[in-house]
Amino acid sequence: MLDSRPHRLRRAHSRSRPLPQRALDDLRYIRETMERSAFTASPGWGQVLMGVTALAAAALARRQSTETRWLAVWLIEAGVAVAIAIPATQLKAQRAGLPLTSGPSRKFALGFLPSIVAATGLTFALVQAHQIGLLPGLWLLLYGAAVISGAAFSIPLLRSMGFCFLLAGALALLYPAWGNLLMAVGFGGLHMLFGAWIGVKHGG
Amino acid sequence: MAARLKLHGTNCAKSGPRRSSGARHADELPDLDRLIHERIRLGIVSALAINDSLSFNDLRRLLKTTDGNLSVHARKLEEAAYVTCHKFFEGRIPHSEYRLTPAGRRALEQYIQQMEELIRRTRRE
Repeated sequence: MLDSRPHRLRRAHSRSRPLPQRALDDLRYIRETMERSAFTASPGWGQVLMGVTALAAAALARRQSTETRWLAVWLIEAGVAVAIAIPATQLKAQRAGLPLTSGPSRKFALGFLPSIVAATGLTFALVQAHQIGLLPGLWLLLYGAAVISGAAFSIPLLRSMGFCFLLAGALALLYPAWGNLLMAVGFGGLHMLFGAWIGVKHGG
Repeated sequence: MAARLKLHGTNCAKSGPRRSSGARHADELPDLDRLIHERIRLGIVSALAINDSLSFNDLRRLLKTTDGNLSVHARKLEEAAYVTCHKFFEGRIPHSEYRLTPAGRRALEQYIQQMEELIRRTRRE
């Protein structure tokens, strides 16, 4: 059963930290583990909703008579997607008992945003150069790059989604006439497919 | 089932540098659940507490551990009925999906409360 106390004290002293310190470390470890795993559960159902609005946008954009109007539909859709993504992420973080600005969220944002900023700048440049037909390929490629970078610390599933976006973007650049269709497949279909997968497998 | 032991005489001794209060800690410390006190098992339970389920690979990546190590610790939690494991095949590839049981969630909550209480006591001293 129990060894003599001095013997046990000596052994424990030689290899362990003070118990209060261990308690602090354990609580920190629990919090960090939860934070890391929280982002594996990125807002899947939010992504599904974004996919639905993207499909609606694709259908609407297809009917537009001019490229400018087509562009306007997709820019509005981008705004709608952001308006869905932020509260969906916040809701998920709240359910996990974590702030939106927790470590994993910050890491994701830092990886995700540079490509989005690049996409915004290139969009302006291509619109100025009257090359709107290249926008679907550009958006899909850079969104894919953004997801892959942002998901560097997350589940492989998100990275797989990013690679699918890259593939869709490459096809859209090769076949600009399919641009709107590939936008529907990418921002609509991929978001819904992977979003549902995340929603079911990773807690909503 | 969940093996439980008192820290008295084991981890209690970890309060070594505070020799003047060490004995009092030893007398007052609550029972700690040794199953959760171990770092990898604590990680498994913590990760599952905010995810409905996680696969074996997700847990291995998250906890940065080896297959063998994770497998051993997950089995102990499973034997204690703290987690459940659902094994299935996708094509020919076997998958293991883990979920936290109500008993596992209660154990984690109790463990966190005990750690917080321990810190509060230390600050009061």
